[in-house]
Amino acid sequence: WIGVLFSLGRRGIWSSPRRLASAVETTQPIPLPSQARVVICGGGIVGTSVAYHLAKLGWTEIVLLEQGRLGAGTTRLCAGIVSVAKPISIECKMADYSNSLYEHLEEETGVKTGYVKTGSLCLAQNQDRFLSLKRLASRLNVMGIPCNVIKPKEVSKLHPLVNIHDLVGALHLPGDAVVSPPDVNHALATAAAGHGVQIHERTTVNHVMMEKGHVTAVETDRGAIECEYFVNCAGQWAYELGQASETKVSVPLHGCEHFYLLSKPLPEPLQPSTPVVMDMDGRIYVRAWQGGVLSGGFEKNPKPIFTEGRNQLEIQTMQEDWDHFEPMLSALLRRMPELEVCEIQQLVNCPESFTPDMRCLMGETPGVHGYFVLAGMNASGLAFAGGAGKYLAEWMTYGYPTANVWPLDIKRFGNLQSSRTFLRHRVMEVMPLLYNLKVPRWDFQTGRQLRTSPLYDRLDTQGARWMEKHGFERAKYFIPAGKDLLSLDASKTFYKPDWFDIVGAEVKCCKEAVCVIDMSSFTKFELTSTDDQALALLQHLCANDLDVPVGHIVHTGMLNERGGYENDCSVVRVKKNSFFIISPTDQQVHCWSWLKKHMPDDPQLHLEDVSWKYTALNLIGPRAMDVLGELSYVSMTPEHFPSLFCKEMSVGYANGIRVMSMTHTGEPGFMLYIPIEYALHVYNEVMSVGQKYGIRNAGYYALRSLRIEKFFAFWGQDLDPFTTPLECGREFRVKFDTDIDFLGRASLLHQRQEGVSRRFIMLVLEDHDTELDLWPWWGEPIYRNGELCGTTTSSAYSYTLERHVCLGFVSPPSLDGSPAAVTPDFINRGDYEVDIAGQRYPAKAKLYPFSSLFAQQRRRKDEMELSNFQGK
Amino acid sequence: MPVTSQLFRGFPLAKLWGSSLFPCQRQLPCCPTSHRPTSSQPHPIWPTAMPVRGYRRSPDLHSYNLTPPQVNSILKANEYSFKVPEFDGKNVSSVMGFDSNQLPANAPIEDRRSAATCLQTRGMLLGVFDGHAGCACAQALSERLFYYVAMSLMPHETLCELEAAVEAGRPLSPILQWHKHPNDYFTREAQTMYFNSLRTYWQELIDLSSPGESLGPREALLSAFKRLDSDLSLEAQVGDANSFLHYWVLRVAFSGATACVAHIDGSDLYVANTGDGRAVLGVQEEDGSFSAHTLSNDHNAQNENEVARIQGEHPPSEKKTVVRQDRLLGLLMPFRAFGDVKFKWSIDLQRGVLESGPDQLHDNEHTKFIPPNYHTPPYLTAEPEITHHRLRPQDRFLVLGTDGLWETLHRQEVVRIVGEYLTGVHQRQPLTVGGYHVTLGQMQGLLAERKARASLAFQDQNAATHLIRHAVGNNEFGAVDHETLSKMLSLPEELARMYRDDITIIITQFNPHVVGHQGTWT
Repeated sequence: WIGVLFSLGRRGIWSSPRRLASAVETTQPIPLPSQARVVICGGGIVGTSVAYHLAKLGWTEIVLLEQGRLGAGTTRLCAGIVSVAKPISIECKMADYSNSLYEHLEEETGVKTGYVKTGSLCLAQNQDRFLSLKRLASRLNVMGIPCNVIKPKEVSKLHPLVNIHDLVGALHLPGDAVVSPPDVNHALATAAAGHGVQIHERTTVNHVMMEKGHVTAVETDRGAIECEYFVNCAGQWAYELGQASETKVSVPLHGCEHFYLLSKPLPEPLQPSTPVVMDMDGRIYVRAWQGGVLSGGFEKNPKPIFTEGRNQLEIQTMQEDWDHFEPMLSALLRRMPELEVCEIQQLVNCPESFTPDMRCLMGETPGVHGYFVLAGMNASGLAFAGGAGKYLAEWMTYGYPTANVWPLDIKRFGNLQSSRTFLRHRVMEVMPLLYNLKVPRWDFQTGRQLRTSPLYDRLDTQGARWMEKHGFERAKYFIPAGKDLLSLDASKTFYKPDWFDIVGAEVKCCKEAVCVIDMSSFTKFELTSTDDQALALLQHLCANDLDVPVGHIVHTGMLNERGGYENDCSVVRVKKNSFFIISPTDQQVHCWSWLKKHMPDDPQLHLEDVSWKYTALNLIGPRAMDVLGELSYVSMTPEHFPSLFCKEMSVGYANGIRVMSMTHTGEPGFMLYIPIEYALHVYNEVMSVGQKYGIRNAGYYALRSLRIEKFFAFWGQDLDPFTTPLECGREFRVKFDTDIDFLGRASLLHQRQEGVSRRFIMLVLEDHDTELDLWPWWGEPIYRNGELCGTTTSSAYSYTLERHVCLGFVSPPSLDGSPAAVTPDFINRGDYEVDIAGQRYPAKAKLYPFSSLFAQQRRRKDEMELSNFQGK
Repeated sequence: MPVTSQLFRGFPLAKLWGSSLFPCQRQLPCCPTSHRPTSSQPHPIWPTAMPVRGYRRSPDLHSYNLTPPQVNSILKANEYSFKVPEFDGKNVSSVMGFDSNQLPANAPIEDRRSAATCLQTRGMLLGVFDGHAGCACAQALSERLFYYVAMSLMPHETLCELEAAVEAGRPLSPILQWHKHPNDYFTREAQTMYFNSLRTYWQELIDLSSPGESLGPREALLSAFKRLDSDLSLEAQVGDANSFLHYWVLRVAFSGATACVAHIDGSDLYVANTGDGRAVLGVQEEDGSFSAHTLSNDHNAQNENEVARIQGEHPPSEKKTVVRQDRLLGLLMPFRAFGDVKFKWSIDLQRGVLESGPDQLHDNEHTKFIPPNYHTPPYLTAEPEITHHRLRPQDRFLVLGTDGLWETLHRQEVVRIVGEYLTGVHQRQPLTVGGYHVTLGQMQGLLAERKARASLAFQDQNAATHLIRHAVGNNEFGAVDHETLSKMLSLPEELARMYRDDITIIITQFNPHVVGHQGTWT
């Protein structure tokens, strides 16, 4: 066997010969074409999958370039497990698709892929892990992926070697499979070549040429290829390749060494059909391999690699490190004691690339049209490649994939995540996190304090506990003096969190007095023009009518052709031809590129990112107007300053503060947009004047509770590019009454005619014990009359209602195959239940918020303040 | 009474008495390989030779097991680390910093240590002092010797300024910046007297030198050592009106101490040694391994030159008596030491001083004791042997240790342990399976063993602590063994000295980027 292996002249563990139908193996390389439509860089599983799917969608003139041999990078050494046990639903979907793709690949191409539907077992050594597996099971049920929560005894029936003595349960995923990755790679390449894709090995992409923000050509060591589209699937090297183009493209990923062990066959060879075992508490996975086992893991102390670039070390010369592998070996022998007598074949070091948030990087890069990326698979390249390749091909074909891939969209990152030091530190946290137990509202610990408000130190000394969003530090809540800080930071739970009372007190203060929340992380743009170009652009992009008097604030979505939300923002008409656009924090790159994409090439129209110029303070509560009134000598009562207005005024000594009568929570109060040099002054004044009104600091958790209890949706969490305003009850924010043809209008009109087939609703949990029962998070299945009808998208405890409130989407079952429209009866007459880790809790469904929660405010008659985009 | 008993309490158990009295101390013949009992067997000699009392039993019967945290708290009680800022705005330092630690065997410990940076001149001073017959002399050295060295190094002008400042009652600019563990103390009562002696010394230095002159490090060290010893002697002869101080100066002079001091300035390393402490340089070879380069000679019977020197300083008639049973006059192990006036003063002077001394002295039987064959004093000197070494980039660290260290670990072993500690476990050979048949179980065992070794290294933040752990806890395989460690550390006070001596270690790390590139900081 070894002979077969090394006769190929390369290090690899997969024995099958790889020979392409195309002429790649001939000694004389075929000359490169001078032009193509698409050039894909990277002949690993991801690149070939993209080529395959593009070809399937009818693309021609596709060229795939590989610097070495096909599948010579991570693909060659990867462990070959295709599992649907992934942290978020879109990833489960991709893995599920990959699985069925690989299953039928052999049939389609005649190439053996080593596909065996072994199933897999996710083991739980403790109750918390078991809970997280049950939650996963609930999510998979929604997608119709089979899975069973089983007892330890059943584990030993399914797997002959597993020691079950310390297990509390397991999740069995019968559909999971193993394959031989290079063979799948080969099969995909063969199929792609069959569809006309040209594959060229031993061709290195030096850089990508651009003109006016469009890809024009690719320069290789064997000449240039003109092309319209370029796809960066360079895996480990994607970061560097991104840096090596005229306009640098940020591909934030970083490699880590990854180890797995190959054993010689057991005395009684392990059957190929033995299920894969994932013992996440032991940080290991195990699959059958050639009668023995293949076992690797995700250790606590990963070894980042290639920080300084590809010339440092070649992937071929990676060293084994037994000392590093020791904890995983011990975990393996603890899980399967019988392996002790089994002999070692090899310890394989196979670097994997990781991203700052554990999710892959997909899509068109923000700065360059035609430059697509698919990389950063976080050690699940094989499981994702099929689905991710399909989505990316759809993206390139239709302008967007057929599913919401925002969590994977490369535009969730910007240049700020591109520092090598940041990436190095962050991936050291990400890799262990793959197998860490993740409880609600965990935060990354590394790469922090990158972007901060000028008030950071002030807030920190007052007990702020921080979370991070798009590199920005935001206060979660403030620990009152005298609290035991240590225990607060340490506890992790699926149940009632320890900050419950702290946030409760902050919410109470928002309701009864006044709180100040630093919300500087928001994305802020200014759009100005000499004439009415700015208004014209916004009227085209926004669903709501922006032709309002100066000083008005308009909540509006920016919709795509389908009528789905690309962004959800607040726009202030500051001057006649000047608009201030406030978007969610993580929209900084996405919204920018959306605006840029639709902006006419007009030098008179100017867009500027002013996020860093303003500190935003949110004064929430009935006494906010008293505080501001005292600081500005202007009456701030609703009579003088009605809701959803913006005025530039002075606060304390500072002049030119943009004061807006909105709070993003439905509570009375004001947002203050303060030029940063005044931030500390204004904050100090507000706090000192506010003292007699009982002012205190509050954090995002309080904000979240306030907005969710009022049924405010949040873009990125509740709203996505597949959700229309009609589906979430926001018809009143669409300018149907005008005849302006905004983006998405046609789709919305059509939908209004047909009726919506899914509807955003609010569910108030009943019979749920806050103290003892599991808390909802998001992604929980919703049942109506015992029938699955949707999932939740966010949830929070309402301190006012003293109940949990979940927000989510439901759809009526289709009777004849076509989607059925949602009727009020469907919502109002039905017994709803929310499934939390397998336990169902009855819930009252509502289409509209509790009006009693809104403090009596004087509003502009046509608009309710229903804002939308706070942090999670 | 208490003063007298304190004054002489050290005598029976330390370096003074011949093996005829207490055969098993110090060299611990019971323990042929490592000077420590192998825990399982009570050793054959000492129960018969010792004044056996009922509760004295072999340590394996007597000791109780300490938990690893308990062991650590004992080992770490005296540890101290100092990091020198690489660039303080003026100079690039060749010393990165030092780790020091001590482990008592005597109660109280008789070893002392000092470390200080010279503020009026350049360089850093580090020293270990091993007291015997009590800790008084070692304590005095730890407080005073560096001031003497610093004074000796000062140029004439600085000394004049100093004198002028004292004369005018102006505050003095500081001379030394001490780097002290909280347990390293100063004898407050004696400071005025110490200061007066020091002032007399610098006044003499002023008189003896001329403007523009200063002593080189070699002369300075020599002068300082000799001067301090003569001051100790003089102070005891003169006595003091304050009766506490009078006892104190006698205790200092009648006890003794060795000193091993290093002065490091840029690439110049001077070691001044008096007695059996030792300075060893850790040199990293090209292959990454470490070898020991000794910078001092032990002044004891194992050093032929020393034996010859002593025999040559006395008439041939004393040739057989001056060194007996490897001890000076059959009593003292180090052949050079501070204090120890019993080996320096004439019999008349000893009697005279003791008679004029506090009454309590008369009641002690030791006061009347004169070493046998005491014909031509002095027999002992504090004059140091001085070595100069020009630091090279491969010189990584310097270990200063009292004999308690060197008698348990060979210097090569010391250098290896420290070297491996300082370079971390990364130096370890990586494991490869190669073509061998290794089972997963075997591999796990192997890795667990390697991990245990590595984790011991990481258990200590301090190289000196790490070295003590090895010195005390090494088993027959050269690996630290918790059981051994636990037994050695849980010995009752009165037994500990039988198995080990006080250990004091200072490990100084050099900055390889600075040493060997001389001229950049001068």
